[in-house]
Amino acid sequence: MVDLWSGLAQAFWLVVTLDAELVEIALRSLRVTLSALAVACVIALPLAAFVAVKRFRARRFVIAILNALMGLPPVVVGLVVYVFLSRSGPLGVMGLLFTPTAMIIAQTIIIVPLIASIAHQSIRDLWQEYHDLLISMNVTQGQKIRTLLWDCRRALLTAALAGFGRAIGEVGAIMIVGGNIDHATRVLTTAIALETGKGEFALALALGFVLIGLAVAVNLAIHWLGRTEREGGW
Amino acid sequence: MQLFPMTAKGIESRRRGQVLVGPIDLTLDGTGACVVVGPNGAGKTTLLRLLHGTARLSAGQINWACPTDEARHHQGFVFQRPVMLRRTVLQNLIYPLRLRGVPLAQARDRARDWAARVGLADMLDRAAPVLSGGEQQKLALARALISEPKVLFLDEPCAALDGRATREIEEILTHAKSTGTRLILSTHDMGQARRLADQVLFLLGGRIHESGPAETFFNRPETPQARAFLRGDIVE
Ligand SMILES: Nc1ncnc2c1ncn2[C@@H]1O[C@H](COP(=O)(O)OP(=O)(O)OP(=O)(O)O)[C@@H](O)[C@H]1O
Ligand SMILES: [Mg+2]
Repeated sequence: MVDLWSGLAQAFWLVVTLDAELVEIALRSLRVTLSALAVACVIALPLAAFVAVKRFRARRFVIAILNALMGLPPVVVGLVVYVFLSRSGPLGVMGLLFTPTAMIIAQTIIIVPLIASIAHQSIRDLWQEYHDLLISMNVTQGQKIRTLLWDCRRALLTAALAGFGRAIGEVGAIMIVGGNIDHATRVLTTAIALETGKGEFALALALGFVLIGLAVAVNLAIHWLGRTEREGGW
Repeated sequence: MQLFPMTAKGIESRRRGQVLVGPIDLTLDGTGACVVVGPNGAGKTTLLRLLHGTARLSAGQINWACPTDEARHHQGFVFQRPVMLRRTVLQNLIYPLRLRGVPLAQARDRARDWAARVGLADMLDRAAPVLSGGEQQKLALARALISEPKVLFLDEPCAALDGRATREIEEILTHAKSTGTRLILSTHDMGQARRLADQVLFLLGGRIHESGPAETFFNRPETPQARAFLRGDIVE
């Protein structure tokens, strides 16, 4: 118990004094996850819109795959990315293993299905609502998709936040492909795992506080978005 | 660009082998209001959608005086239950103009003008989905008319509206008619049909049972079914 209390006190101190190491790790975490989020959104949102409005034979199959991939264990993603990026792997020459880029790739793969699934659901609902109007206005495929994405933007933001929450708290995949190298690929979750293992509770807890703070902020934002969506009449 | 005359030859809409509407032969010239009347399930909505091109033709063909793609560009459609874009009133009005590449500033000016015409001038920044039913219908009408279509289809545009809103919409329609917009509307309101119609199509069981100039149809209907329908009796 004494350990825990002194750890808590130290952790609190680290956070309020903006300890250099803590800040470095937190910022790297944000950089990696935000990059992954941006890439994932660029892939997932148009994909979701396309699947929602386009009728093609493999549509149900694609949706089923997306839903299945949502439950993909991150460790497995990490393993697969590792195999691809390792020196003897197909993309080995790029030398990406144990770099932040590798972590971005892994996180992107993990959250694309999640974002696409959530986005697809709301875009499809909106498409049902808009269908007759847009068909009647003779819109092009591109105009249709842009309209739906824009008018779904709150739901899409919710999807993106969910993706962010999943990526920032993920540890298995980025541990494998990033290697948790100090000053290079160490991020919040991997650092917590390491410091806990070493018995350095203060830093681990401080990192945990930051992570919890981020998670709470994201969930509050999702909650708030959901509420304004209902109240705003859209 | 000339859309009329429009000829429909033997058009049909079928579902699972069952004929819902048709076969219908119809020629429409380019002026006035054509009112489609008939009992529930007679096929009014389906006919309008076939003519507009949003329902698939199972048989027959529709020829406009210009290529069909061109013709589609000059048509508008107002649904019985208005579809509101999840945007503000102003953005709803701008939308069809932006689709046609009208510059934003100009589109805004025209949107304000139309909002004023339908009495929505002080609601420009309100979210369209929270408008009342009548306001939504007026917005849908303005949104359809703002791109100055040559033909406007309206499917029971006043079905859920009170007398005053109905009158306001009829005024807008009469004005649109006088400026050369062809109106093709379905309605259950015989008073409205009399006020607006130049021609009448009386549908029964998916076919045109009687048609002709409004004056003739309302004063000297030829078929017993049309007479019964106008009396308000049940039509067999
Ligand atoms: N998608 C569909 N599938 C099966 N039947 C349909 C479909 N759409 C319309 N119908 C049928 O076609 C017939 C004509 O329908 P339609 O909606 O055109 O009638 P309406 O004259 O507009 O009726 P109302 O006055 O009630 O609006 C009806 O019997 C309807 O049940
Ligand atoms: Mg109908």
